Amino acid sequence: MDELLTDFLAETQEAIDIVDNELLRFELNPNDKAVLDNIFRLVHTIKGTCGFIGLPRLEAIAHAAENILGKIREGKLTANSNIVTSILLSIDCIKFILANLHKTGLEPDGNDLKLIAELNAVADQSDNNNLNIHSMEVLTETAFTQSRQDYTSYNEPEASSKEDQAKLGTQNIRVSVDLLENLMTLVSELVLTRNQLTQLVRKSENSEFTIPVQRLSQCTTELQEGVMKTRMQPIGNAWSKMPRIIRDLSKDLGKKITLDLKGQDTELDRQVLEMIKDPLTHMIRNSVDHGIEKPEVRRLSGKSETGHIRMNAYHEGGYIIIEIADDGRGLNLAKLKSKAIESGLVTAADAEALSDNQIHKFIFHPGLTTADAVTSVSGRGVGMDVVRANIEKISGKIDVSSQEGHGTKFSIKIPLTLAIVSALIIESGGERFAIPQISVLELVRTASDSENRIERINETPVLRLRNRLLPLVFMNSILKLKDTPSENDEMFIIVSQVGSFIFGIVVDQVFDTEEIVVKPVAPILKNLTIYSGNTILGDGSVIMILDPNGIANIISQNRIEDENSQRNEDIQASLNNKESMLIFSAGNSTPKAVPLSLVARLEDVQTNTIEFSEGKPTVQYRNKMVPLLFIDQDCQLKSEGRQPLLVFNDGDLTMALIVDEILDIIETDLKIDLSNERNGRVGSAIIAGKVTEIIDVGHYFTRTFKEFLKKPEDRVLDLFAMPKSKKLLLVDDSSFFQTMLKPILMAAGYTVTTAPNASEALKLREDGEIFNIIISDIEMPGLSGFDFAQTVRESGPWSETPMIALSSLNQAKDIERGRLSGFNDYVAKFDRDSLLTVIDRQIKFHSEAA
Amino acid sequence: MAIQEFVTLRLAHQLLGIPVLSVHDVLKPHKITPTPLAPDWVEGVLNLRGKIVTAIDMRRRLGLPPRKITTGFGMSIVIEYQGEPYSLLIDSVCEVLALDDENFERNPVTLDSRWRQASAGIYQLQNELLIILDVERLLDLDFSIAA
Repeated sequence: MDELLTDFLAETQEAIDIVDNELLRFELNPNDKAVLDNIFRLVHTIKGTCGFIGLPRLEAIAHAAENILGKIREGKLTANSNIVTSILLSIDCIKFILANLHKTGLEPDGNDLKLIAELNAVADQSDNNNLNIHSMEVLTETAFTQSRQDYTSYNEPEASSKEDQAKLGTQNIRVSVDLLENLMTLVSELVLTRNQLTQLVRKSENSEFTIPVQRLSQCTTELQEGVMKTRMQPIGNAWSKMPRIIRDLSKDLGKKITLDLKGQDTELDRQVLEMIKDPLTHMIRNSVDHGIEKPEVRRLSGKSETGHIRMNAYHEGGYIIIEIADDGRGLNLAKLKSKAIESGLVTAADAEALSDNQIHKFIFHPGLTTADAVTSVSGRGVGMDVVRANIEKISGKIDVSSQEGHGTKFSIKIPLTLAIVSALIIESGGERFAIPQISVLELVRTASDSENRIERINETPVLRLRNRLLPLVFMNSILKLKDTPSENDEMFIIVSQVGSFIFGIVVDQVFDTEEIVVKPVAPILKNLTIYSGNTILGDGSVIMILDPNGIANIISQNRIEDENSQRNEDIQASLNNKESMLIFSAGNSTPKAVPLSLVARLEDVQTNTIEFSEGKPTVQYRNKMVPLLFIDQDCQLKSEGRQPLLVFNDGDLTMALIVDEILDIIETDLKIDLSNERNGRVGSAIIAGKVTEIIDVGHYFTRTFKEFLKKPEDRVLDLFAMPKSKKLLLVDDSSFFQTMLKPILMAAGYTVTTAPNASEALKLREDGEIFNIIISDIEMPGLSGFDFAQTVRESGPWSETPMIALSSLNQAKDIERGRLSGFNDYVAKFDRDSLLTVIDRQIKFHSEAA
Repeated sequence: MAIQEFVTLRLAHQLLGIPVLSVHDVLKPHKITPTPLAPDWVEGVLNLRGKIVTAIDMRRRLGLPPRKITTGFGMSIVIEYQGEPYSLLIDSVCEVLALDDENFERNPVTLDSRWRQASAGIYQLQNELLIILDVERLLDLDFSIAA
C-alpha cells in the first residue's frame, strides 16, 4: 500500500477515535466550546487530507459532517442529541470507508448521497429559521431512522474487518523524533564502545571475552541498522509540497507546467532529508521561474506549450541520487561567461578555454549569483551558491548539465546517512586523522622505487596518474604540521574529488578503515572548515575527521594569495616597464611583436577550414565568424597545412591576425620608437637584439569593426619632442584598453601606471604616488569616472593634477558633466591621436600655470 | 553575607579561582589529540569517558609564557560552556576556598587589558589576591588578547 495512505489511515483512525469520544462529551455538554473546536478541527483535517490524497467519497462525507459542525460553531445551529447522532452516523460511515481502504487500498464502491443529503438537510435547517428548531428535530428524527438501518449494513463489513482494525492500531506507533534522535546517539555511543572492546579483545589472545564480544558486536551492528531504518523516510515526504508550489507558481507566471515525480519511495536519513528540503524547493522554483518558458515562447521554438519538470530519485551505492530536469530554455552560455569574466572569476582568455560544462558550473559561484542581470536573462543564479553550500554541508555533490534551448538538469548526490560513516585513518606530520571513505576516489602508494613518483613542475608537486596530471597537496603543509620524511620516500596519495576538481592529498601513512560516529566539533573549532567532525577511535583516542571540501577551500585560498602576490609582481613589473611580448613573423623578415596580454589565444587552424565571406577570409569559432586579417599586403595565407593565428578579443568583438610563425615570448623593457609611416604599427623596438615592429592591434580592430574606432587621423604630434618621463595614471576597467593604450602612451614618452578602477587609483593616492596627469574612463564598475574626478578634486595631493576623461559617452551633456566633475578635458575613447594632443596640451598648460 | 566556594588553581604563580559548581572534573594529564589550524590556545581534543572534550591551554589563552616542557602536561579542570565540555590546562590545582562576598571587588581599572577581560573580579585573601576567571569570556572566540 502507498506509504502516504498508510500514514493517513493510521492518523485518521486515531483522530476518529478521539472524535467519537469527544462527540459523546459534547452531547453531554453542548456548550463546551473547546470540545466542539477540537471535533471541528479533527474532522476538518480528515476532510483536508482526503482531498489531498484523492479520496472523494471520504471527502464528501467528512465535508457534510464538517458543515454541520461549522454551523454549530457559528451558533446557527444548536446541538442536540439528534444532531450529534447525525454526526456520529457520518463518523460511522467514515469508519466504514476507512476499513475498506485499509483492506483494499481503495474506497468502497457506491456513494453516500442519501446520508449526505440528510446531513445537508440538517445543516440547512439553520439557515431557514432558527425558531423552527422543533420541527427540524422532528425532521431529523424521521430522516435518520432510515439511515440508521443503512448504517447496520455499514457495520456488517466493518465487523469482518475487526481483525484488520486491530492490526491497523498496532502496526504503527507514533514516536517523537527526539526519542529517535536520542536512540541514535545512544547507538552511536554503543558502536564506539563496541569498537573499543573489539580492539581490546584483539590484543589479548584466547580471551574468554572473545565470543561474547563477537556476539555483542553483531547485535550492535543489527541494532545500529535497525535504528538507522527508523530514521529513514521516503524522499516523497520532501517532495509532497512540490506539486503545489509548481501549480501556484506556474499560475502566477502564466506558464503551463507538468511535474513528473519518480522514485518517491527512495528512502534516506531524516536528517539528510531535512537538509535537502529547502535546496530542492529552491531549485524547483528556479526551474519554474527561469527554466521553463512561457507557452507562446515554447510554441515559437517548436516545443509543446506545456513544460515538463522531472524529479527522480534512486539509490546508487551508498548514495542517493536526486535529479531535477526541465525542458526549458537552458543556461545561456554566453551570458554566464561574460558575467563570470566581469566578476573576475576568470579571465577572458581562460574563459575561452573552458568547456561548456565548466562554464555552467559558474552558476554555483557566489560571486555570480548576486548579480541580477544573470538571473533575469540566463535563468538560474540566485541562491544556487546557497544550494550548493547546503548540499556540500551534508557531504553531497551537485552537478549541472544544460543544453541551451533544450533544458537543464541538476543532479545531486548525497550520502544516505550522516551519523555513522566509514573512514580511512591516515597519518601526516606525526598525527592521525580520519578521512571519510566516500570522499576517497582511490589510494596511490608512491616511493622513489615505485612507478608512481611525485614529480615537480617548478615547485609544484604533481603525480602522473594514468596519463593525467594530478595536482598534489601535502597534508602536513596544509595543516602546518612538521615534515616527517620517511626512509624510502614512501608516501600515500589520497585521490579526492570536490566538484570537478580532482586532487591528491599526500600523507605519510595509511592505516585501516574504521566505522566512525561523526561527532560535531566544539563551537570554538566550528569555523575551521577543514574538519567535518571528530570521533573516538577503538583505542580510545580522539581523532579529527578531515573534510575534503575544506581542504579544497584551503587550496583555492592559497591560490588566491599566490595570485595576489603574482599581481603585485605584475604591478612591480609594469612599474619597471617590463612587458611580455609575443614575437612572430609575418610577411617581411622583420620580426613583429604584440604585448602578450593583448592576445586572447593562439590558434592553429587547418587551412581548409578558412572560408571566405565577401572575399575576406574568416574562420568559424564556437558558432561565431571570426574575421582574419593580414598584417600587410605582402602577407599570405598558407596554401596547405595549418595556419597559425593570433586571436584578439574586446568585449564581443573577436578578430584574428594571420601570421607566418610564432617565434617566442620575451619579457623586455619596452622602449618603443614611434613611427609615423605605416598604419598598424605602434613603432619599433629592439627586442632580444633585433629590431622588432610593434603591431598596433587597435588599428586592425578599426579596420575590421567600424564601431570600434573612429576614423584615425594622421598623427600631428612630434612625439619625440615630448618631455620624457612625465608620470601618467591610466584608470580604465577594460584591461584591453589598458594594454592597448599603454604602449602608445609609453612610446609617447610617459611613464604609465594603470589602475583597473577608481578605488585602486585612490589607493595609489594614499600610497603617496604623484602623477603629472590622470586619464580616466567614465563607465567603470564601482566609482564612476565622474565620481572619481570629484573625489580627486575635493582634497588631497591630486587636487591640482590635470585630468582627462576618456569615454565613449561624448554627448555635449556628458562633456559638460565631465567638466563639472573636475575633468580638464574630454576625449572620445578611440581617438588616440587627439588623446596624445590633449595630454600634451594639458601638461604644458599646467606646468606653465605652475 | 553570602559565602561562595571556589576551586583555586595556579597559572604562572598567579592564583586563580573558578566557582566550584561550574567545575565538572579535575583531570590528571591526558593524551591530547592536536587540532592543527585551530587557534594556538586550543591544545587539542581528548576523550573523557567517551565524551570529546576540547582542551584549552590557559597560559596561551592569557598570553603568558609557555609552560616549561620538562613539567609535561599539567592538570586540567573541566568546565562546561554552552553545553560543551572544555578542559582548561593549568599548572596545578590548589584547595577549594569558601569566600565571603564582602571581600569581593571589581577589577582595578588599571589592570592589564588581557587580564581585565578574563577576570570577573578579585578576592582579597590574606597573603595574596585571587582572580576569579570569567569562563565565558575565555571561551569566546571574539575575545582576543591585545598583548
